[in-house]
Amino acid sequence: MEKTVNQKAWFLVLPVLLLVAFSAVIPLMTVVNYSVQDTFGNNVFFWAGLEWFTEVLESDRMWAALGRQLVFSGIILAIELPLGIFVALNMPKKGFWASVCLVLMALPLLIPWNVVGTIWQIFGRVDIGLLGHTLDAFGIDYNYTQGFIAAWATVIVMDVWHWTSLVALLAYAGLQSIPDAYYQAAKIDQASRWKVFRYIELPKMQGVLMIAILLRFMDSFMIYTEPFVVTGGGPGNSTTFLSIDLVKMALGQFDLGPAAASRSCTSW
Amino acid sequence: MAKITLDNLAHSYLANPTSEDDYALKELNHVWNDGEAYALLGASGCGKSTLLNIISGLLKPSRGRILFNDQDVTDAATAERNIAQVFQFPVVYDTMTVRDNLAFPLRNRGRDEAYVAERVQEIARMIGMEAELDRKARGLTADAKQKISLGRGMVRKEVNALLFDEPLTVIDPHMKWELRTQLKSLHHEFGHTMIYVTHDQTEALTFADKVVVMYDGRVVQIGTPQELFETPAHTFVGYFIGSPGMNVIPATIEGNVANVNGSRVPLSQAFGKLDGKVEIGVRPEYATLSASEGLPVKVRRVEDVGRHKIIRAEFFGNDINIIADEGAAIGADMNRVVFDPAHINVYANDWRVEGEAA
Repeated sequence: MEKTVNQKAWFLVLPVLLLVAFSAVIPLMTVVNYSVQDTFGNNVFFWAGLEWFTEVLESDRMWAALGRQLVFSGIILAIELPLGIFVALNMPKKGFWASVCLVLMALPLLIPWNVVGTIWQIFGRVDIGLLGHTLDAFGIDYNYTQGFIAAWATVIVMDVWHWTSLVALLAYAGLQSIPDAYYQAAKIDQASRWKVFRYIELPKMQGVLMIAILLRFMDSFMIYTEPFVVTGGGPGNSTTFLSIDLVKMALGQFDLGPAAASRSCTSW
Repeated sequence: MAKITLDNLAHSYLANPTSEDDYALKELNHVWNDGEAYALLGASGCGKSTLLNIISGLLKPSRGRILFNDQDVTDAATAERNIAQVFQFPVVYDTMTVRDNLAFPLRNRGRDEAYVAERVQEIARMIGMEAELDRKARGLTADAKQKISLGRGMVRKEVNALLFDEPLTVIDPHMKWELRTQLKSLHHEFGHTMIYVTHDQTEALTFADKVVVMYDGRVVQIGTPQELFETPAHTFVGYFIGSPGMNVIPATIEGNVANVNGSRVPLSQAFGKLDGKVEIGVRPEYATLSASEGLPVKVRRVEDVGRHKIIRAEFFGNDINIIADEGAAIGADMNRVVFDPAHINVYANDWRVEGEAA
């Protein structure tokens, strides 16, 4: 039978095409466009070629921000992954309490970034914050606006608090998919708790853990709101991660070109 | 190796069972003799796996006790019971090689490596996987995985009992036969107590010395394949064992004559008054189609299955099956059936009634 050829079918793709164009392609291309132009405002642009890229690649500021970013992402992954798995392993498998745990776990994920930032910003304050005040009462020198370590600790703990749930929920889903027979066979084979984890649970969770790592890496790599609200990138530049640096550059200094160039670089 | 005694055992998956129906496993007393091979036969969901999991300690019974060699192990953990169990669906440790999979139970018991290597080699030969020993278990076919599971079950020599929970379901027919033979020879060689759960009667009858038939959470008959065939204790056994199963026909009994819809069927034994639902059961093998004698039947169709013919017929409104020799000529005038009186069993409320010599 002859296949009917109907080119009008392309029209069906049009809505998606438009949507993606406006939500992703056009903004992205605008950024690319900015990265090869210079401007002094008033919407007047000059061709700059690859100048901004050379500048960005040679700038210490951008490499320092990237370095801080990688350290930050590395640390939160190193904490959230094992912690999430640990939480998932200890959650009840079924029944009423399993549902309670799931809801509690999902709660932090429902809170918007800026609210999380504000919560911790207040929580950590030495004068009125519970955490800051308590630490201060114990004689610990904690002030995230001045201390480099205090600032990093706050930002990391905040991220762990906000996102470990996600890893835990994914790991929990992975654990739930393991058939009972595996645990029964392990009992028959007299495998220790560690061996059950090492040879059954971990291999079966592999897939979801990869997703967890990917999601957490991507999300932490573009983290902006939370550290911006709490530390504003300080003290000094110590918590100025890539996105914060970028916004400082693009909006604070109106250096659209370098900002666009550095975004384009880090995106690749 | 051990004798396993079930003492007033019953199990319910509900927290507070009230009626008999709440029990997945109804009260049961039974002794599994040391070194015997049993098949546990029954339809899906009749409590076979429940019973197996109770024996291996994966499940704690609601009531009753389990004894291994007269020692109470009801509260003992699976590890203490020293039992090997193979499940219906393959369980392999994906990230390990086939060799490490087979060695796993031995290493967990702290056996020395020389012994482990020797046993693994032996088992690998038995399941025909010597060539794949160094492959990762991930990515093997389902029946290769199940062979590994079987191998892991058999690798420990000194187990109290070997339990198989429908282990050959996923294995292809040719390999099924071979593995079953292997299991049997293993049994002859080491004399383990073996319990083999299945819903396949051929598997049960070829594997076991004794077949335990379960129905609706209850053991309805324990016997040799011969006993199950000749004198099924329950209509379920008659129907479940045999291909096709026993013909069960409602009747009334007076002395040594069964009355089916006004027609008389002679019996070899005499019975007193029977209450409840009374039926006679006769296997298709003991029914003969005839042109001149017996009671009228309406032949519906004749199926030639190769080694014999199965005649599907209607007998006073009941569907019955009759088996005839492969060579037998079945004419259009053959519309009567004769039952062999010596092989008619009488059932009251589904349970077989023993009569007296007439």
